Amino acid sequence: MREIPVTPELAREHGLSAEEFERIRSILGRDPNITELGIFSVMWSEHCSYKSSRVHLRKFPTKGPRVLQGPGENAGIVDIGDGLAVAFKMESHNHPSYIEPYQGAATGVGGILRDVFTMGARPIALLDSLRFGRTDHPRSRYLVDGVVSGIAGYGNCIGVPTVGGEVYFDECYDGNILVNVFTLGVVRHDRIRRGYASGVGNPVIYVGSKTGRDGIHGATMASEEFDEKSEEKRPTVQVGDPFTEKLLLEACLELMKTDAIVGIQDMGAAGLTSSSFEMASRAGTGFRIDLDRVPQREEGMTPYELMLSESQERMLIVAKKGREREVFEIFEKWDLDVSVIGYVTGDGVGRIRMGGGNVAEIPIAAVTDEAPVYNRPSARPESQDALSRLDFSALPFPSDLSETWKRLMGCAEMADKRWIYRQYDHMIRTNTLVLPGSDAAVLRVKGTRKGIALSVDCNSRYCFLDPYVGGMIAVCESARNVACSGAEPIGLSDCLNFGNPEKPEIMWQFRSAIEGMAKACEAFQVPVVSGNVSFYNETKGKGIHPTPTVAMVGLLEDASVRLVQWFRGEGDLVFLADADRSTVELGGSLYLNEIHGKVEGIPPESDPAHEARLCRFLREAAQRKLLSSAHDLAEGGLACALAESCITRPEGPIGAKIRNPFPESIRADFAMFSENQGRALLSCPPEKKAALLAAAGEFRIKMEELGAVGGTWIEIEGIARLDAQETESSWRGGLAGALGFEG
Amino acid sequence: MTGQAMKIAVLVFPGSNCDHDAYHALKHVLSADARFVWHKEGSLAEFDAAVIPGGFTYGDYLRTGAMAKLSPVMGAVRGFADAGGPVIGICNGFQILLEAGLLPGAMIANESLKFICDYKYIKTETSGTPFTRGIPENAVLRVPIAHYQGNYYADRETLAGLEENGQVVFRYCDAAGNVTPDANPNGSVGNIAGICNASRNVLGMMPHPERCSEAEMGSADGRRLFTSMIQWLKERGR
Repeated sequence: MREIPVTPELAREHGLSAEEFERIRSILGRDPNITELGIFSVMWSEHCSYKSSRVHLRKFPTKGPRVLQGPGENAGIVDIGDGLAVAFKMESHNHPSYIEPYQGAATGVGGILRDVFTMGARPIALLDSLRFGRTDHPRSRYLVDGVVSGIAGYGNCIGVPTVGGEVYFDECYDGNILVNVFTLGVVRHDRIRRGYASGVGNPVIYVGSKTGRDGIHGATMASEEFDEKSEEKRPTVQVGDPFTEKLLLEACLELMKTDAIVGIQDMGAAGLTSSSFEMASRAGTGFRIDLDRVPQREEGMTPYELMLSESQERMLIVAKKGREREVFEIFEKWDLDVSVIGYVTGDGVGRIRMGGGNVAEIPIAAVTDEAPVYNRPSARPESQDALSRLDFSALPFPSDLSETWKRLMGCAEMADKRWIYRQYDHMIRTNTLVLPGSDAAVLRVKGTRKGIALSVDCNSRYCFLDPYVGGMIAVCESARNVACSGAEPIGLSDCLNFGNPEKPEIMWQFRSAIEGMAKACEAFQVPVVSGNVSFYNETKGKGIHPTPTVAMVGLLEDASVRLVQWFRGEGDLVFLADADRSTVELGGSLYLNEIHGKVEGIPPESDPAHEARLCRFLREAAQRKLLSSAHDLAEGGLACALAESCITRPEGPIGAKIRNPFPESIRADFAMFSENQGRALLSCPPEKKAALLAAAGEFRIKMEELGAVGGTWIEIEGIARLDAQETESSWRGGLAGALGFEG
Repeated sequence: MTGQAMKIAVLVFPGSNCDHDAYHALKHVLSADARFVWHKEGSLAEFDAAVIPGGFTYGDYLRTGAMAKLSPVMGAVRGFADAGGPVIGICNGFQILLEAGLLPGAMIANESLKFICDYKYIKTETSGTPFTRGIPENAVLRVPIAHYQGNYYADRETLAGLEENGQVVFRYCDAAGNVTPDANPNGSVGNIAGICNASRNVLGMMPHPERCSEAEMGSADGRRLFTSMIQWLKERGR
């Protein structure tokens, strides 16, 4: 094998700036060789180092009495009492999913599952937040079908239910779809495992699939620079094997019941490199590994390829010296490769050998702690001003409000998502108490009375118009969703999807969104325990709307008090829980976008303190069993929330008649579809009214009695009404219809 | 009624993923003595009944159930069934029983070419099996399905035999019990959701009774199959 000369040009092709390359030379005191260059380039990449985001991510509250593990590990862990905890994380797989939707989405699921079970947790739920381009964009149908099939293919096979999620369609995602996948697992406190390579002399063990040339970062390099016999470049998108991951999952959990290991980490992005260096970094140790011992799928792989391969379904384990046999027995039982590839050293250096010689020698801290950190310039673009100047009074009044209402209920954003979630096994493991279709999914925790409520949310129109407020609303809405199921928000993970951070306006969006999210987190006292940043979501210079997706985890101490969003029965009273106000909020609304074709205005005002009180009230009302249903008001405002409570019930649609809570001076279309934040639509039996109002008073929540459930019409008195059955049909067929799929 | 002392094997193949659910329903809901049995085991002699749970054995990579039928435990299942022991194969377990030849016919992809997870209704066609003896004929059960290959197929002769001998145990139907094309989720011939062998002690079904064994999960109808089987075992004596 010919040694490739490392030049500044080659460094640049690896995504390293001239300054970064100089920094590497000064750290090493020499030029790096090609393998070392590869290692630095992936470890200092935006994806692994968070170099552009780190200074802002510090603004998130990450601590709290329940936090057992905050950011910095493979997943965050939050205590749920009784010696149990939940481990969870959300991650993006945007770029691969656009190139190859099935495998891109599938390996996204595989990766996030490994992040959770590497902590010792048994994954019990998946959720996904998906963003595609316009439904009539020529590529959308292919991408939707591929991504949904990919998530289904992986999740169904490995046997983890996909219990919820969200999907949006917008022009800004035409060239950059978003595939954000969330996993939650349950773990006993005493079985929590972390990515630590501690104990000098302990064996470093490779388990799982063999390593191949898939997903190598340096695939941008021209092939002639390699040995002339080297095979042609492989596609950069990895291929998932959920069957192998199922074996890996079971083997790892079986191993973690023993105390034979000291640390374990998934080989995800940057594969063997990131797992080995990060584990040594956390433990303050070093390692020596021999690449000849790595199980390989192909012949003639170079050290560069072996260190950078992103082959799926692999883990790195540091076991206790002398306990290797136990590890081997378990992995051999599950027909998986297992090999001792090296051992932990105490000198803080990563030494990588192959063919009897050193192929890389790098101080651990150099690639981890000393990674560059950038406080990139940020500036609010002037173009932002024009967005807020919309004259709402000039918007044409719809000729038929009922028809407009019905059209919104059937648009892709509002429509039934059954076409998607029916393809996901959402019941396996028999924990799903609230199936997809309500504000939040609720899962039981077997062996306890507890329930876990989960919701993923982000309204990127709001974030586009005002990233600070949009970020705040993303947190508040996800909290409201879990509170509407009766749960207390206890922790969140996020997936921050943005454009190119080297542009000041993108950095402004990023910084502002984080500050808004952090403000809301503080109001709820909810910590951010894990997450992921995805930059460079741009095509031909056009970025996506800033999309900081939030995955909220809620806890019900007693799952039997859980609530759903749909009305239960005739005669129940309908209430609006709200703050005290009478303005309307149309900026960035679904109505403005879908009916008037505009994403403009100022997004709704958000008051996290009110939101936190509302959530406490909802939880209290659930615990006191005062409510028949609770539904968050979001896109489409009161009218759409009312219709949803009527038509989403599994028993079939039911009507309801309510009055308009807004003053008559406000345009009827605005009143119906106004997206004021911090509201929930509640129903209760008449005999519980007094107790419900009393509870609302305790939390200073304004309650307006709007009407009652019953009949076959969904009606806002004097304004508009819909036939419940007809509305249900157009809602049910809306998504498949818009994409041209068979329902 | 509980299943105390009834020893029930829940087979575990590489890729089984409803094994924990079957175990939970049998052990924690019905108080049976459920045990996991690894696919390399060669005997089921100590057991009263066997469940082949759902999943994606060997990833479904060759053909559903095609690899699992070669596992040593399947020899034991055959012997166990020949001796009259009750065996229930659910979803992928049904597919394995078909591949192993313990039940006739084959499974092809759903007509929609999509995986389908949903609650469906099935009609009980016969009470004459250990699994349905406590369920009246024509009783409608609400049960979940979750499969990509649940489109049951058998040639005309085999089908006529199944019908004639009353081996069709469950058919997809609507809420009122009408067996209609609209109620058929996957294109299965004759709306077939489950069949038994000629001796009636081996049942294969695509719907998941283990998923609907507790009211809080949305339906407890599936529990009736397990209760029937345990009652049958008790009456038979061990």
